[in-house]
Amino acid sequence: MRSVQALAILAALSLLADPTTTFAGEPKQGGILRMYHRDSPGNASIHEGATYSINVPFMGVFNNLVIYDQHVAQNSPDALRPELAESWTWVNDNKTLTFKLRQGIKWHDGKPFTSADVKCTFDMLMGKSQQKFRQNPRKAWYNEVNDISTNGDLEVSFNLKRPQPSLLALLASGYTPVYPCHVSPGDMRTNPIGTGPFKFVEFKANESIKLVRNPDYWKKGRPYLDGIEYTIITNRSTAILAFVAGKFDMTFPTHITIPLLKDLKSQAPNATCVVEPTNVSTNIIVNSSAAPFDNIDIRRAMAMALDRKSFIQIMFEGQGDVGGTMLPPPQGLWGMPKDMLESIPGYGPDVNKNREEAKKLMQKAGYGPDKHLAVKVSTRNLAEYRDPAVILIDQLKSIYIDGELDVVETANWFPKVARKDYMLGLNLTGNAVDDPDQSFYENYSCGSERNYTNYCNKEIEKLFDAQSQETDAGKRKKLVWDIDKKLQEDVARPIIFHARAGTCWQPYVKGITIMSNSSYNGFRYEDVWLDK
Amino acid sequence: MFAYLVRRLFLMLVTLFGISIVIFFLLRVVPGNIVDILFAAAGYVDPADKANLEKELGIDQPLMVQYWHWISGFLRGDFGYSYVSEKPALQEILPRIPITARLAGLALLFSASIGIPLGVISAVKQGTRLDYVLRVISLSGLSLPSFWLGLLILTASVAMFGQMPIFNPNPQTWLEAFATYAVPAAVVGFRSSALTMRITRSSMLEVLRQDYIRTARAKGASDASVNYNHALKNAILPVITVIGIEAAFLIGGLIVTETVFNIPGVARFLVEAIRWRDYPIVQNLVMFIAVVVVFANFTVDMLYAVFDPRIRFTD
Repeated sequence: MRSVQALAILAALSLLADPTTTFAGEPKQGGILRMYHRDSPGNASIHEGATYSINVPFMGVFNNLVIYDQHVAQNSPDALRPELAESWTWVNDNKTLTFKLRQGIKWHDGKPFTSADVKCTFDMLMGKSQQKFRQNPRKAWYNEVNDISTNGDLEVSFNLKRPQPSLLALLASGYTPVYPCHVSPGDMRTNPIGTGPFKFVEFKANESIKLVRNPDYWKKGRPYLDGIEYTIITNRSTAILAFVAGKFDMTFPTHITIPLLKDLKSQAPNATCVVEPTNVSTNIIVNSSAAPFDNIDIRRAMAMALDRKSFIQIMFEGQGDVGGTMLPPPQGLWGMPKDMLESIPGYGPDVNKNREEAKKLMQKAGYGPDKHLAVKVSTRNLAEYRDPAVILIDQLKSIYIDGELDVVETANWFPKVARKDYMLGLNLTGNAVDDPDQSFYENYSCGSERNYTNYCNKEIEKLFDAQSQETDAGKRKKLVWDIDKKLQEDVARPIIFHARAGTCWQPYVKGITIMSNSSYNGFRYEDVWLDK
Repeated sequence: MFAYLVRRLFLMLVTLFGISIVIFFLLRVVPGNIVDILFAAAGYVDPADKANLEKELGIDQPLMVQYWHWISGFLRGDFGYSYVSEKPALQEILPRIPITARLAGLALLFSASIGIPLGVISAVKQGTRLDYVLRVISLSGLSLPSFWLGLLILTASVAMFGQMPIFNPNPQTWLEAFATYAVPAAVVGFRSSALTMRITRSSMLEVLRQDYIRTARAKGASDASVNYNHALKNAILPVITVIGIEAAFLIGGLIVTETVFNIPGVARFLVEAIRWRDYPIVQNLVMFIAVVVVFANFTVDMLYAVFDPRIRFTD
């Protein structure tokens, strides 16, 4: 009996001594995750980019102060987890957010991580440091931050001008990694150094991006993968065929359109595929500073002529969402409830009735069956822009508006919009965080650089601030709904639909969670493993 | 001969100088620059940041100054830095050249080795079923777009074999390396071989009607000797010209094929660089291609003398 016990103890000890031994269903160490990348990102610096083409490959190189739980699909305050920070507290009437930092964390080049790095990063984001980012697209996120102060190496405080509870949500985005003080912004574009689970190895433009396991990662036992290799394949057909042929373990996240997903599933029936909202809205930007859209009646008529369900049916085979500025529930945290949404002109279920009202508005403005309004609908020369623009032109015909498609190359799109050299524009707006502060201030605030239409309503601006300071989540939600309703009624930037897209991976890939209310925050990949 | 060579070399330099001006100014005529694209991607524009970036990249300077900086650097071997990757342009371009060179070489080899023999057979068997079949094949080669053919091959290989001939950056064996290039080279070379075949056929038909061919046959020369030693040798000059021109046009086919087969060569890289308005990459790469084409034409001209002893380059 004793010998049996001794053998059992010996076996148990040997299992503990061998870290590669795994139990059924337990994560296994090792392997390279192979994924294709949809395009070649301009550089490797997340802070200087505004596309998830940078976040996906490089988020694993970094850590944030806090992060959204990578295994919870919906980003919400309940899913916030400490990362470089061990804990946080709100003090000084919610005007100071203090983080206690983890001890013993090292940058990939061996230098210690301290509170000075946090201060450097956010000073640079606020434009307060000597070193500057070449581009700083999210500077406005920190408008309410007065300064950053440190207390020793392991404590850092964000001192705010006024309470802003959602600052934590912004800090948890994949767009908000902490950068090292000792590496210049230029070097971060070409050779990023982080504290994250994966070290940067190389980035060959138009070819590949390689990351390797960080053996000194502060979270013991992570990451499970030995590395991640992204092969850049710009041709979607080739990329999907390569996934089907087993060349890749995973598709690029949210890269598969709904019609293509059916093809892919028929060719690779064992693949695991999920469809989630991307929190990217397709919307119309209206040049309200020039005729004819300086007339609110024509703007309203246009918004009322939209048959949003047809867009979703044609483009996504029904798998899309009708909503306002904020992503609709259940995936969206802040979207208006259905009954409230349907009370907005143009959102009612009876499209014909809406269009009859729209026609009356057009007739009031002097247009009718004998006198059509000719407009140019400008959009970028990308399928996800062009396709809905064509449907929009078709729908506008029903209210005496004859649209002509004006396709604009990417290089000229933004200068054209900034010059107000357009009448109507078909635009896509991605939201990095499902939070009203990010969406409202960025897209609708007076003077915001991304407020393309220059919509400016001082009354609404006050409501933006009111919701931003509200600490009661329930009260804040009601304020947000009211604001969103008002934005739609003002035809500030009519939202057509919120897109959904698919992601697939091979059955042996484990630990992947696709976020359901943002496409920018779920790519740390430290818990991803390969069961093979 | 020497004077002719000097004159040709001088003309080549003048041509390249003209090309440099055309490339440089055409690129600037296209609306938008790298800074516009970077800010368009970020969805905002800060005029101060934009001005700083334009200054940093030197694109705020007068065009003549920019041209002088580029061309003087080019002549000194200083190709500048890629605006996008911020790496030396040469470091970005050089590793991609052998990939495209191998692909182009194999495609030309495919084109010549298939097109010339089939063209000869088609001419010799004029009016037979075989001639019609070969002409239909050549017509399909000219009609099928290479991106379509490439995608068809990829789809078929996945459906039939569960595999696809996508680029392998680290082939372990010579055979693997060959397999990496063979299918895309065949896709590009198919169109080119069709053209080569048609030119070979028509050229051969013309030569086969000449008196000296009849004389050779009358003297008892075998069919093979007549076709290959007498006819083909005299019919080959237009074919060489076409292959030379095709070598220049190949870059167009390679852009599509490199994209479909995901081959990291210079052709796809050039398109991406144009999309980003990455002037140092586009200017230097197009100049490089121009140099290759100009020298290819020069080589073709020299080959005339090799294949036709009657041609001598004299003053």
